[in-house]
Amino acid sequence: MDDKIHVNGRHSFRKNRNLYLMMLPFLVLFFTFTVLPVLTSIVFSFTDFNVLQFPHFIGFENYKRLFLDDTIFVTAVKNTFIIAVITGPIGYLLAFLMAWLINELPPKIRAVLTIIFYAPSISGNVYLIFTLIFSSDPHGYLNAKLLDWGIIDSAILWLQDTRYMLAIVILVSLWMSLGFGFLSFIAGLQTIDRTQYEAGEVDGISNRWQELWYITLPNMKPQLMFGAIMSITAALGAGDITAALTGFPSTNYATHTIVNHLTDYGSIRMEMGYASSIAVVLFAIMLLSNRLVQKFIRRVGT
Amino acid sequence: MSVKSIPKTHMLHHASQTRYRKRRNLFARLLTDRRSTRSLGGNIVLVLTLGLMASIFLFPVIFMVNNAFKPLIELLKFPPDIFVKNPTFENFQDLGELFANSLVPFSRYLFNTIFIVVAGTAGQIILASMAAYPLAKYDFPGRNLIFNLIVMSLMFSAAVTAVPTYIIVSKLKLTDTYLSIILPAFASTLGLYLMINFMEQVPSSLIESAAIDGANEINTLFSIVMPAVKPAWITLFILSFQNMWGVTGSTFIYDESLKTLSYALGQIATSGIARQGVMAAVSLIMFIIPTIIFIFMQSNVIETMTTSGMKE
Repeated sequence: MDDKIHVNGRHSFRKNRNLYLMMLPFLVLFFTFTVLPVLTSIVFSFTDFNVLQFPHFIGFENYKRLFLDDTIFVTAVKNTFIIAVITGPIGYLLAFLMAWLINELPPKIRAVLTIIFYAPSISGNVYLIFTLIFSSDPHGYLNAKLLDWGIIDSAILWLQDTRYMLAIVILVSLWMSLGFGFLSFIAGLQTIDRTQYEAGEVDGISNRWQELWYITLPNMKPQLMFGAIMSITAALGAGDITAALTGFPSTNYATHTIVNHLTDYGSIRMEMGYASSIAVVLFAIMLLSNRLVQKFIRRVGT
Repeated sequence: MSVKSIPKTHMLHHASQTRYRKRRNLFARLLTDRRSTRSLGGNIVLVLTLGLMASIFLFPVIFMVNNAFKPLIELLKFPPDIFVKNPTFENFQDLGELFANSLVPFSRYLFNTIFIVVAGTAGQIILASMAAYPLAKYDFPGRNLIFNLIVMSLMFSAAVTAVPTYIIVSKLKLTDTYLSIILPAFASTLGLYLMINFMEQVPSSLIESAAIDGANEINTLFSIVMPAVKPAWITLFILSFQNMWGVTGSTFIYDESLKTLSYALGQIATSGIARQGVMAAVSLIMFIIPTIIFIFMQSNVIETMTTSGMKE
């Protein structure tokens, strides 16, 4: 990763003109459609912007309200952390493990398994089938089977009973965790040069675990970082799944997440200022987690 | 004599090399060849694990696919079956009838989607590679700043930038144009970040030798770097296709004749009671198109990767 080219001189703007020109189209769009909206949101978070009236600057009022008065936000943070701590690391490891295991299989079988594991992430709404499986109706798949087998006497409200809701959300999130990170792991594993393994044998690597730690993982650091960011943003940004499965708002806010809270204020109550402050807090949490995880990944293979 | 001796030494050298290679291969096969060293038990565990995982992952998908072909009686059956008993195309026919009665013809929605998918995906791959290459392989003033901004932008929730983005799109007078969907997609940092990660692994020596031959940066990118990172841009193609295929564009596009197929399908499936069958058909269509593209692209990756090594 330190393998950079300095032919143009690292301090000259003029000599690097070609490079800037290459990046220009992307950067113009990036500033217009990403940086500008994000900066606007950060500014909004210090105002009482509600879309209808001109925003007023109110300092840290939104943040004070968020941490001191908003008990639902505290619930949302708690739920988000529970979901993230379980689905993030497990999903990440699962994605790598599966990519690693299928990488050594013959190409045809590998292709089929890649598709099977990636299928849940292919179309944005395949997971909606779980609303049928966990439906609270006695006709719902799981209820019907359990009733049929005589394990339960009456239908369980899987998606409304606070005892099951969070667990089901976590289960479905894990089912969807072999997503884009998984694909990049597979692509990364396929670009590792085979001769490195042969050289490793000469250097005394004697089992598959050593091979994994000293050759495979260090060669995949870029993909490991990429996958980590994918897992962090997916795990801490959980919200679509909770809303689609357990409804919005969920019973007793049992699966209410930070993103759900944000959508509540941003899209329903139209308190954009307040919603923006929620987004900034979420942003800070993600940056911090990312920093921790990257630090850990840098140590891999050493 | 001297002419003869050259091929002789060459042959000798060649022979010793193959012998060395053979010996090493035998050594490798005995100790660490990746397929044969796993014990029988290990193989059984591997097959069981993969089989179990595959069935867990496949189960809901199989359920969904079968639902699309179930007549209404089977869809409402208690207890439900996963597999369809009397498969029918009723659901798809119903969907077709609903489209026949819609204001905008099906072909128009299809055209909108195809246009957005093709332009969006092609543009994203080209712009992202052009921006990723300097960031991945060169050191220039501002490089770290741009790179950090890109990584950070990945972590800002899209839910909250929706309103500022909407203001910008309408200020640029892009509402009710394809550009309102395509331009923001071009600026997707996820794709860019993926490309940077893979391009970092292309050895600099490969690029420098091209520079000695007089190729400029853009030539080097398309003739040397892009072929080397084929798995990356094919993965990006899949991601972009998926995103663009699922785009509804409902926030920026009000003109019904410019709306996408996924918008129209979503509307049809949800606007009306007792449309469970139609909904199942719609789910299958939304799923099957990106899946076909995925299978096609993925087989392409695997083919190229088995024949070419990329690293030094």
